[in-house]
Amino acid sequence: MTDFRVSRRHFLHGASALGAVGLLGATSRPALAAGVTIGIVYVGPRDDFGWNQAHAVAIKALKSLPGVKAVEEENVAETDACAKAMESMVNLDGANIVLGTSFGYFTPFMADLAKKYPKVEFRHAAPLWDATKHPKNLGSYFGYLNQAHYVDGIAAGLSTKSNKLGFVAAKPISSVLSNINSFLLGARKVNPNATVQVIFTGDWSLPVREAEATNALIDAGCDVITCHVDGPKVVIETAEKRGAKTCGHNASQAPLAPKGFITGAEYKWETIYKSYAEKLAKGEPLPNMLSGGYDSDMVMNTAFGAGASDEARKAATAAIADLKAKKPIYVGPLKDNTGKLVIEKTYDNYDPYLDQMNYLLEGVVGSLT
Amino acid sequence: MSEGLVQTVLIALLGGALRVSTPFMFVALGECLTEKSGRVNLGLEGTLVLGAMTAYAISFHSGSPWLGVLAAGCAGAALGAIHGFVCKLPRVNDIAFGIAMMLLGTGLAFFFGKAYIQPSAPRLDAISLGGWSSDPRIASALQVHPLLLVGILVALAMWWAFANTRWGLLVRMSGDSAQSARAMGVSVDLVRFLATAAGGFLAGIGGAFLSLYYPGSWNQGLSSGQGLMAVALVIFARWNPLRCVAAALLFGATGAIGPALQSVGITQGYYFFNAAPYILTLVIMIGSAGSQKAGRDVPGELSITK
Repeated sequence: MTDFRVSRRHFLHGASALGAVGLLGATSRPALAAGVTIGIVYVGPRDDFGWNQAHAVAIKALKSLPGVKAVEEENVAETDACAKAMESMVNLDGANIVLGTSFGYFTPFMADLAKKYPKVEFRHAAPLWDATKHPKNLGSYFGYLNQAHYVDGIAAGLSTKSNKLGFVAAKPISSVLSNINSFLLGARKVNPNATVQVIFTGDWSLPVREAEATNALIDAGCDVITCHVDGPKVVIETAEKRGAKTCGHNASQAPLAPKGFITGAEYKWETIYKSYAEKLAKGEPLPNMLSGGYDSDMVMNTAFGAGASDEARKAATAAIADLKAKKPIYVGPLKDNTGKLVIEKTYDNYDPYLDQMNYLLEGVVGSLT
Repeated sequence: MSEGLVQTVLIALLGGALRVSTPFMFVALGECLTEKSGRVNLGLEGTLVLGAMTAYAISFHSGSPWLGVLAAGCAGAALGAIHGFVCKLPRVNDIAFGIAMMLLGTGLAFFFGKAYIQPSAPRLDAISLGGWSSDPRIASALQVHPLLLVGILVALAMWWAFANTRWGLLVRMSGDSAQSARAMGVSVDLVRFLATAAGGFLAGIGGAFLSLYYPGSWNQGLSSGQGLMAVALVIFARWNPLRCVAAALLFGATGAIGPALQSVGITQGYYFFNAAPYILTLVIMIGSAGSQKAGRDVPGELSITK
């Protein structure tokens, strides 16, 4: 049992191909269908008010395009299950491109599949692709959501009365820290007295602890709450129940907080997925790395809710225009909250130095360990 | 640490105990009843999740959250009944079958719960006991849900019934010595079947609390292992319903330590503080396991002790 493993999908496929040969040999699957078939694999439910929903909304928009077919599978663990799901999309649904939306799908699963199926494109939603290590039909895409969190911060800074903003975060990794820091810089830009208090829950989805963290932040005096967890539903609903205002994350949570919702940071995966579909339809090569922020229409903010004052709306809209004009968020010099100089000069919003963020800026109450 | 900080942490502990402990309490009481009769039902994690989903769905369709609570209990009782029935068949291991039931319960809940992640169902309301305080934090911490009080009453009733009623005696006898029970003409299988079904009913209600009150929404990560932890709490509580209540309250309170300390600015070491409930459980178990009495509390028929 070393390398001789035939998956059920493979077996069925092979068996049906044999049958087809027996008939006329004409019914075997064409390598490329007339249109474009996109396969997408989600790690959680498609309607989680968060990360998975943001992707699913984009896929839904894509389905309305002529000639584009989409195959989706939800709740696929970051295990062999993901390889099986993707393989069946390639073999049974004839997918031209397979999108993996969870961090752990990339190695070894997508990297191996890309080698096994060189004619199929594989793209993964995190900046992990490396030209020296990975095949050419594999690649990465992601959005700079911190830009939208910066806009959140501006609206929040003008909506708070206590000047204390709360942030429920999952883990202290760079993308989360970048969202926290950008949120703080946005708030500080319009309200120099604002501070951001962080509570790390320790994992991506812990509903009870997220609710506890939200309550603890509000008890500590925070009157605007935002978060970076997989499904922000619990945080937003708990804050709304307690009468605090909220900023969203990943997808639109506006319907969850009719009274206190200010705005939210959302991905606009639609832009990326549409460009993949169009390029595939024309037979053009796909980029291996595709990323961007406001200036390339890859992130956005949720429409303002009842919690946003006129002043906040105006300032946030102006900030969006600034970001579209590529104005920098990280204007140096900036210190971290232990007093160390971490950002010595002004960095462009896409500077690789910022991707390695491992600090919380001065004004954030919290620590990484 | 100044007085204000201590106060905030204490309020958080109180609030945490009152908010988080109820599901632990119901599952632990259900498991306590089942184990007292001589069976282990590890499937209560699945029961908890299925109960949460059922309660949310029924509340959404009927508009009555209390009907949802009842439905959750019935769903739990059904799962418990399956466990109780199958485990009386020859050579069925109750622990292995419990694990199967756990997977069945979560699987069913995920399958039928798909449609209820997005819609908003009517939730249960709490009783405010903190109206006397001008501090909004105390007022918020003292939002007590009636189910918590029901749980405490159930525990008192179980504790009294185990010691003072014929039914309680039958359950204890089935759990301690099946042979004596049979000699008395008691159907041990029937007692265990009923105890497992009733235990499932309680665990289902614990699930209803999760989806309809706190955190108060249905999604697939809702339980994140609370059912399993509650089963462990029974051993911690040494099969005493009153101690189950205490253990659940303690577990809820210590669970609030992590977020509460971070909110008052003690931000270092949050992974450690988040693990506080488990560390405390371990310490108390090690401390109490050495006592002479501990051994006598274990129901003699439990397959884990045989």
